[in-house]
Amino acid sequence: MHIPDGYLGPATSGVFYAVMIPLWMAAARIVKKTLKARQVPLLAIGAAFSFVIMMFNVPIPGGSTGHAVGGVLVAILLGPWAAMIAITVALVIQALLFGDGGITAIGANCFNMAVVIPFVGYYVFTLISGGAPANSRRRVVAAFIAGYAGINAAALMAGVEFGLQPHLCHTASGQALYCPYGLRIAVPIMVGEHLLIFGWIEAVVTALVVKYLYQHAPELFGQEGQK
Amino acid sequence: MKPVTKMWMALGVVILLSPLGLILPKHFKAGSAWGEWSSTEIQKMIGYVPRGLARLGEIWKAPMPDYAFKGWEEKGLTHLSFAYIVSAILGVALIVLVTWLIGRCLAKKGE
Repeated sequence: MHIPDGYLGPATSGVFYAVMIPLWMAAARIVKKTLKARQVPLLAIGAAFSFVIMMFNVPIPGGSTGHAVGGVLVAILLGPWAAMIAITVALVIQALLFGDGGITAIGANCFNMAVVIPFVGYYVFTLISGGAPANSRRRVVAAFIAGYAGINAAALMAGVEFGLQPHLCHTASGQALYCPYGLRIAVPIMVGEHLLIFGWIEAVVTALVVKYLYQHAPELFGQEGQK
Repeated sequence: MKPVTKMWMALGVVILLSPLGLILPKHFKAGSAWGEWSSTEIQKMIGYVPRGLARLGEIWKAPMPDYAFKGWEEKGLTHLSFAYIVSAILGVALIVLVTWLIGRCLAKKGE
């Protein structure tokens, strides 16, 4: 889901940077009010976990690969705004140091993975788990569904971003300038492979870690995880 | 042991296991992730390399492309797994440092 340099035209890349800048500023303002000093190590661990989870490429035999992001997990623990900061840091280091995701696509990749995943995941989690006691089965099920929903929403966004390119930017003879596959191919493939395979990995990882933490370290869930 | 200490240890274990993310796709002959192909792969798939893609694709040369050392593309899986772990350690160290600094600047003191 890491869009490389060259797959998005300058307009699309620019729009997503323009969308992300106020979101990053809002995240800083909101996290400043809510993050406690004792939660800082958890924020760092969350960012690091997300980074390493993304290195576990899961193969579709003979086909492509994909991976979980861990973004819903961080959002359930620290809230979606803090998760946005943590995952943004992971994505920027991936792009700069490892060429995983383009630098021109940082805005779009952050929108998909650092905004859509944590926010969709967080609100699905609170909607389903709202009022349920900590360490109840409903919270684990909620985490599972939230993980699945979050990553699939991001895959849909990435599919739309890829798929818009040949419609937006092509030569007079009809050759694509950037991503060559249109919406009718990009969206079904991106969404399909996440609905069928990679989404379940995000769901299982989110549910298992949430279950473990409710049992062994419920104090880690701030008021965020107990609402 | 404090839960956060346990989490650091779990992170270490996950780092050591990370080469699975390299070995399994090779074993099952899986190619690139969708939309993350190289120019050569695109050339094969559609018969040309989109002009903008060729130009923008060169904009940034990452120091450790694909979580490996430069020039190691032809090395075996053992070498690449080692490079993958080194990349994971480096990446985690940098991310922890940056996130920690941002967290320290933002967090309320003494709570």
